[in-house]
Amino acid sequence: MRNRNATAYRFLTPYLLIFAIFWVWPIISSFLISFQATRTVPWRFAPGFNWGRLIGDPAFFNALKNTLLILVIQVPVMIALAMVMAVLLNSPLLRARGLYRFAFFAPVVVGEVAYSAVFRLMFSLDFGIVNKLLNSIGLPKVDWFSNVTPAMALIMIAVTWRWAGYNAIILLAGMQSIPEDVYEAATLDRVSKLKQFFHITLPLLKPVIVFCAVLSIIGTMQLFTEPFLITERGGPGGGTETLGLLLYRQGFRSLNFGYASAVAYTMAGLAIAITLVQLWLTREPK
Amino acid sequence: MSSLSSARLKRSIALHLFLTPLALIWLFPLWMMVVFSTMPDNGIFSPGIELLPHGNFIDNFNNLQHDTDFVGAIVISVCVAVTYTVLSVLLTSMAGWALARYQFFGKSVVVAIILGTITLPYAVVLIPQFIMVARDFKLANTWVALIVPPLFNSLGVLFMRQSFSMMPDDLFDAARVEGVKEWRIFVFIALPLARPMLAALCIILFLASWNNYLWPLLINSQPGSMTAPVALGTLIGLTKVSWGGIMAGAVMLTVPMLVVFVLLQRHFIAGIAAGAVK
Repeated sequence: MRNRNATAYRFLTPYLLIFAIFWVWPIISSFLISFQATRTVPWRFAPGFNWGRLIGDPAFFNALKNTLLILVIQVPVMIALAMVMAVLLNSPLLRARGLYRFAFFAPVVVGEVAYSAVFRLMFSLDFGIVNKLLNSIGLPKVDWFSNVTPAMALIMIAVTWRWAGYNAIILLAGMQSIPEDVYEAATLDRVSKLKQFFHITLPLLKPVIVFCAVLSIIGTMQLFTEPFLITERGGPGGGTETLGLLLYRQGFRSLNFGYASAVAYTMAGLAIAITLVQLWLTREPK
Repeated sequence: MSSLSSARLKRSIALHLFLTPLALIWLFPLWMMVVFSTMPDNGIFSPGIELLPHGNFIDNFNNLQHDTDFVGAIVISVCVAVTYTVLSVLLTSMAGWALARYQFFGKSVVVAIILGTITLPYAVVLIPQFIMVARDFKLANTWVALIVPPLFNSLGVLFMRQSFSMMPDDLFDAARVEGVKEWRIFVFIALPLARPMLAALCIILFLASWNNYLWPLLINSQPGSMTAPVALGTLIGLTKVSWGGIMAGAVMLTVPMLVVFVLLQRHFIAGIAAGAVK
C-alpha cells in the first residue's frame, strides 16, 4: 500500500462531501436546535426549554417505556428465533433447503408499508383471518387494536416476522465460517450435537450475535412505521407510541423542531450507552 | 450401521416436523397478501375463512388507481431507486477503493467515523436534514430530495473496502509499472473484478431505496411527487378506501422484489451476510 494523500482523497471526496452536508452538519445542528425554543420566530436560545419539558413530559416517558418494553422483549425473542432458524437451516439432514430458506428469508425484501397493511388486515377484530382461525380452534377473539397489551404484542409479532430471517442470514453466514474440522474433532470425541452447539458454535459466534443484537436494538429503538400504520399512530390512546413516533408527532405534526431534537438526542444517548455495553461484553479477554 | 442411519432418519423427520409449520407460518402473511389482493372488499370483510386466491385483482387495481395515482408513484419509485443505486454504488465503491488500497493522512479517523455512524440512530440527523432540504435548499417534492440525502451509506463502503482489499497487490502494481493512471486502474481493473460484490451491493441499495418510507413520507408529501410506499401508506387508515386495492398495491410493491430475490438469491444473501464477516 502506498502513501498517496491526493489520490486517496480524490476518490473519497464525493462520499465525504455527502457525509459532511447530510450527516456531520445535521448531527451538530440537531444538538444546537435541542437548546432552542423553536416555536417562536425567530428561534431563541433557551437551554432548559426543551430538555426541561422532556423531563416532566408524561408523553415522553410513555414513549420511552413502550420503546424499552418492545426492545427488551422483541429483540431477544427475535435473535433466539433467528438462531433456531440458522441452526436448522444449516443441518445436513434438511431436505428441500431452498424452500425453507425462501420462507424465512422472503420477509427481508418486503417493504414496511406493504407488510403493515397485510398485518392490519390479518389481525382485524371481526374479519381478520387470525381471529377467525383462533375462533375455529375454540379460542376467543383477541381485540388486537383496542387493548394495549395485544396491540404491543402485535407490533412485536410484526417486527419479529419482518426481521428474524434477516438476522438468520447473518448468523448462518457466521456459522458457515466456523472451520469444519472443529466439529469433526468434537464428533470423534463423541461430543453430542447439543454440547457442540453450546461449547463450539455459541462462543465462536459471539461477535456475530452481538453485531445482530446491536443492529436490532438500534433499529427497534427507532421503530416508527409499524406503530404508525398498524396500530394507527401509536394507538390505542398512545399505548404503542414509540420514541420514533413521538419525534414524528412533535417534529412534523406540531413543527416543534427543538423538542423533537431533544427526543432524537435521547435516542442517540441510549444507542451510545447500549453500544458501549456491547463493546464491553465482546472485549478481548486479556 | 443401520441403527446409526435410522437414528439419523428419526432426527431428520423431527427436524422437518418442526421446521415445516414454522415455514408455513412465515409464508402465511405473504400468501394472504396475494389472496386479499384477488378478493373483492365484501369478500375480505365477510365472516368466512378464505385461504385461496379469487379473480378480482384487476378490479382491485382499478380501485387503487381510483384512490391514488399508484402507477405514477411506481414510475417515480423506479426512477429514484435506479438513479440512487447507480450513484450510491459509484460513491461507495470509490470510497471503499481509497480505504482499501491507499495509505493516507487521516485514514483511521475516516474509518472510525464510518464505523461510528452504524450505531448512530438516523433520528439524530432527520430534523436538520429536513430543514436543510425543505427550507434552505427548497427541494421538497423533488427527485433530488429523494435521491441525494440517503446517499451516505456506511455498510456499503465497508463492504466494498473489504472486497477491494482482498484483491492481490501485484495485479495493480503491474499496471502501475506500465504507467497506468490510478483512476484507470480503478475503473478498468478493480471494478470489473469486483462484479459479484457490486451486484450484491446494487440489490441491497435498490431494495433500500424502493422500500424507504420515513424520509420520502416527510420530504415528498405532495400528491404527484410521492413514492409508491408513501402513496400506499396514505390510504391505510382511511375509512372509505378499497382494502382489496391496498393489497393489490402491496403485491405490486412486493412480488417483483420476491422474484429478484429468488433469481439473485446468492448475491442478496452475500450482501446481507457481509455484516457477519469482520
